[in-house]
Amino acid sequence: MAKQSIEPMLWMLFSAGGVLSALVLPILVFLFGVAFPLGWLSPPGHEHLLTLLRHPIARVAGLFLCMLSLVHGAHRFRYTLYDGLQIKHLNEVINVVGYGGAIAGSVLAAYVLWQIP
Amino acid sequence: MSGGPAYSEYHPRWFRPRVSTYWWLSRRSYLAFILRELSSIFVVWFVVYMLLLVRAVSQGDASYRQFLDWSARAPVLVLNVVTLFFLVYHSITWFNLAPQAMVVHVGPRRVPALVIAGSNYLAWVLTSAILAWLLLGG
Repeated sequence: MAKQSIEPMLWMLFSAGGVLSALVLPILVFLFGVAFPLGWLSPPGHEHLLTLLRHPIARVAGLFLCMLSLVHGAHRFRYTLYDGLQIKHLNEVINVVGYGGAIAGSVLAAYVLWQIP
Repeated sequence: MSGGPAYSEYHPRWFRPRVSTYWWLSRRSYLAFILRELSSIFVVWFVVYMLLLVRAVSQGDASYRQFLDWSARAPVLVLNVVTLFFLVYHSITWFNLAPQAMVVHVGPRRVPALVIAGSNYLAWVLTSAILAWLLLGG
């Protein structure tokens, strides 16, 4: 009997996170990371941003975005270390730190999004 | 790794040429691959950055302004410019690979790669436009 593996599920989550981060993140980095700080565009007012973030859809979408992007990042970085630097003897540590970090980050994201007044 | 084969006196030596740790520097395509993989670090950084922003907004107008000032400081700005490069690179490589990952059939015909990649790019443009409109519209 074939051994049950969670690897396919990890690849699925990796993929979902890959699509979501590819669609959503570049514009957000452009705006909040580059355009607003450099003064190319004026940043949204606090009230406006709060209204957007408060919306249930924004909270749920934000949680999915954070969760899946973190799993995507952890999974890909694991293989970067594995293929790129050929770190194979630390596999277990890398898995625990990577996926554990992604889970901890998701919990933190849920908390931060929950805390929006 | 499970244990190797049982010991025998005439066991042949393994032929395993050592691969350099820097193998990915030897060819452009290898470098492109490893840069694509490294985009993962920047995805994670930006999630952290977004969460810091959301927290600042939750804490009030003063914290939000503080965050904006912090985001304009040189080290943060440089990091985010690099992040932008890596995230755009991630998106492009991801959407270019989509036709290989998604095999879609309409009737007996396979949907051409260009259509699949194209619809992904279209979705990217639309998502970006909607987000920009939502954020800048107030």
